[in-house]
Amino acid sequence: MSDVLDSYSLVAVYSAMAVYVFAFVLFTIDLAKRSTYATAAADQLAMSERQVAAASGTTTATLEKTTTDVAAPRYRFERIAFALTILATLLHVAAVVFRGVAQGFVPWANMFEFSLTSSAIVAVVFVLLQFWQDLKFLGAYIVGGLLITLGVATVNFYVPVKPLPDALDSYWLVIHVFVAALGTALFAIGAALSLLQLLQSRSETSGKGIGFLRTLPKADRLENLAYLVTVVGFVFWTFTLVAGAIWAERAWGRYWGWDTKEVWTFIIWTVYAGYIHARATRGWRGARSAWLALIGFGSVLFNYVIVNQFFKGLHSYSGL
Amino acid sequence: MSRPSDHHDSPAPAPREGGVNQPSLGVVGYLRFFWRQLTSMRTALVLLLLLALAAIPGSLVPQRSSDPNGVTQYYSDYPDLAPVLDDFQLFDVFSSVWFSAIYLLLFISLIGCVIPRTLHHLKALRTPPPKTPARLSRLEAYRSTAAEGVTAASAIESARTLLRKSGYRVRVFEKAGELSVSAERGYLRETGNLIFHTALIGVLVSVGIGGGFAYNGQKVVVEGKPFVNVLNDYDSFSPGRFFDEGSLPPYRLILDNFDASYETENVNAFGFASNFRADVTVHEDGRNPYEAQVRVNEPVPIMGLDTYLVGNGYAPHVTVTDADGNIAFTGPVPFIPQDDNLTSLGIIKVTDALPEQIGMRGFFYPSAAVLESGALTSNFADLLDPVLTLNVYTGDLGLDDGTPRSVYSLNVEGMQEIVGGDSGVDSIQLRPGESYELPGGRGTVTFDDMSEASPDGESVLRFASFDVHHDPSAGWVLVFTILVIAGLIAGLFVPRRRVWVKAIDGDEGIRLEYAGLARGEDPGLDGAVADLAERHAQALGVRLS
Repeated sequence: MSDVLDSYSLVAVYSAMAVYVFAFVLFTIDLAKRSTYATAAADQLAMSERQVAAASGTTTATLEKTTTDVAAPRYRFERIAFALTILATLLHVAAVVFRGVAQGFVPWANMFEFSLTSSAIVAVVFVLLQFWQDLKFLGAYIVGGLLITLGVATVNFYVPVKPLPDALDSYWLVIHVFVAALGTALFAIGAALSLLQLLQSRSETSGKGIGFLRTLPKADRLENLAYLVTVVGFVFWTFTLVAGAIWAERAWGRYWGWDTKEVWTFIIWTVYAGYIHARATRGWRGARSAWLALIGFGSVLFNYVIVNQFFKGLHSYSGL
Repeated sequence: MSRPSDHHDSPAPAPREGGVNQPSLGVVGYLRFFWRQLTSMRTALVLLLLLALAAIPGSLVPQRSSDPNGVTQYYSDYPDLAPVLDDFQLFDVFSSVWFSAIYLLLFISLIGCVIPRTLHHLKALRTPPPKTPARLSRLEAYRSTAAEGVTAASAIESARTLLRKSGYRVRVFEKAGELSVSAERGYLRETGNLIFHTALIGVLVSVGIGGGFAYNGQKVVVEGKPFVNVLNDYDSFSPGRFFDEGSLPPYRLILDNFDASYETENVNAFGFASNFRADVTVHEDGRNPYEAQVRVNEPVPIMGLDTYLVGNGYAPHVTVTDADGNIAFTGPVPFIPQDDNLTSLGIIKVTDALPEQIGMRGFFYPSAAVLESGALTSNFADLLDPVLTLNVYTGDLGLDDGTPRSVYSLNVEGMQEIVGGDSGVDSIQLRPGESYELPGGRGTVTFDDMSEASPDGESVLRFASFDVHHDPSAGWVLVFTILVIAGLIAGLFVPRRRVWVKAIDGDEGIRLEYAGLARGEDPGLDGAVADLAERHAQALGVRLS
């Protein structure tokens, strides 16, 4: 029975990946089209400005109309890509649920499951964030990241359903690891925004840059968005650290012992604490703080991929 | 000074002009200068990043605190490099001088920042909202509307009530032809911020002081055997700085039974062991004995000490007689598991054997199977076919010169191998109940069948390893940590803002102006001002125009 459900889970993963591929292709086409569109719009704007100048200020209305057109165009490919992303996310979540039901406990007890579930959380958070802010322009980055994660997970990390080790048999597994995945998801999205912020501020100062950047929010705006997303991620990360300490006290008899995973959780926490302070420090706001956000997310990935597999420690639950 | 001068909200420093003659600073001046530097945002930030950087080696090199065996291994793997790393305290990163220097500086910087900010905040809490600016339209969030049929006084009074209900602190100002209310909210943001940072200091102090009173000890207990909570009975013990031996509570526990279950249905995890359970009987001083179960993730508290189940294995019961037929050794010997199927390595030291001491090194296989190479292995963790193999050495065990020796290792230097290895005699291979005659009439070795004596009829006894922990700082750390999280959430997400509503008399009724000013991150400011204008219009019964 559990084998059947596990295979359903894998079928759902592969289907989700197939749909993600289409979404990824369309998201990138959208970026390419944005680039051409941005050039055309710039030409158009330049032209209408000349007209305005010729008509000596009588056609302000025309100018306003043109600029609003530039600001809020409708990106057809992006819309289709996003619809596909929602479909793929549903399949992805189904895969997580099947896996969980197949084994009878939460599907984040080894590296394969953590990859599967945390990437599903990234997808869900990405879809939900659109109700708050239009961040669909991150689609290519997010979906690309999801595809790589799922690819590595199914090819390199896959392990069949196994019983839960005693060490993980605790409700803290539900809380600690789930919140860690949630924090990771927000850090991923925050890092995407910080990356775009860096590109955008470079193109704003030099006037050169990839074309589609001109259709995206300004660097300031991207920085604020990145900050909001990352700060929520930071709160989750703090909670992960604390919940982990409480669980460690329960399981190992000490709340903090500088185990390799604890060391890296601490490093990540410190780097992001640095990021938040950098935002409030003159001379560090802007590009420098964005670099810190990227270093922070780099550490998250390092902690996840390298520390899990190659470092010795108490958190050896990768199942590999 | 409320915030460090390089906080981005603090006024920018005046541009430096060329040719300014600076007076010399003097000792006090320099001290003040260094204090300023230390408590600046930039220094705190750099120290924070340094701390992250300094922690990295702690994950690359095994640490004495978390992985002492790893350090020993490192020494034998890299005999030249290890002493150099040790000189730089790289095996004790988190108690090293350089790591401590960074976090102590960071915390001094933090204290230097928190104290003036707290004083400033306490003052701000008592300070009424500031005067309404003359031109609200210059502020970042601004709305303006004409209101007919209401007087300035009633409009401002209703705005005042509205703002007060929304948690603002309010103050009304009157100027010629202008009535306004100035409001401020979100003091909790700074309160949260200060609580967060102060609680961090609290965590550090709790760990520093409480850690001195903490201690932990390890003990391997074989089924049927007792453990007495006195210092001598521990296999290993690490006391904090202020540990007092008399503080160990007097109790004794007996391991009645150790049990685990093994997966036999799921072929992907065949033999997977779980549900580890140690049944113990506890004898506390002045209390009737009671039974308890120690499980993974479920420690048992005994007289304020937590007992954790951290390991288990088999302890084959072995009896050795010497050449004269006297029993030179008898008892269970804990073998240390080497893999998931509990192939275990063990050492038996027979100090009382005559004419020479005997040392034995061997493996225990709970479910023996033969590999293609002919070597034995265990393919299941339960006792399906228990086999004990031993190599035997005679000579001097080296215990009499006073040098401390581990019971889990055998120094064969100067000893002669008489069974197994290169001795020309095959290793001893015994199943429970079987005996072996040592060559040269040196005596016998018996692998005793314990089916009669063991609690569950198994032929080999099991052992459980327990950790006993006491850490009085844990409760304090938890309290401060909860404050850290609460402070963090308040400090990051409560918006601190000032809002003004102004009523200006005009020819046709009054004009209402709404404006807001963010103090710190406040993405919702514009929305809040718009919302205020709307609710105010509703309260006044006018339409926004």
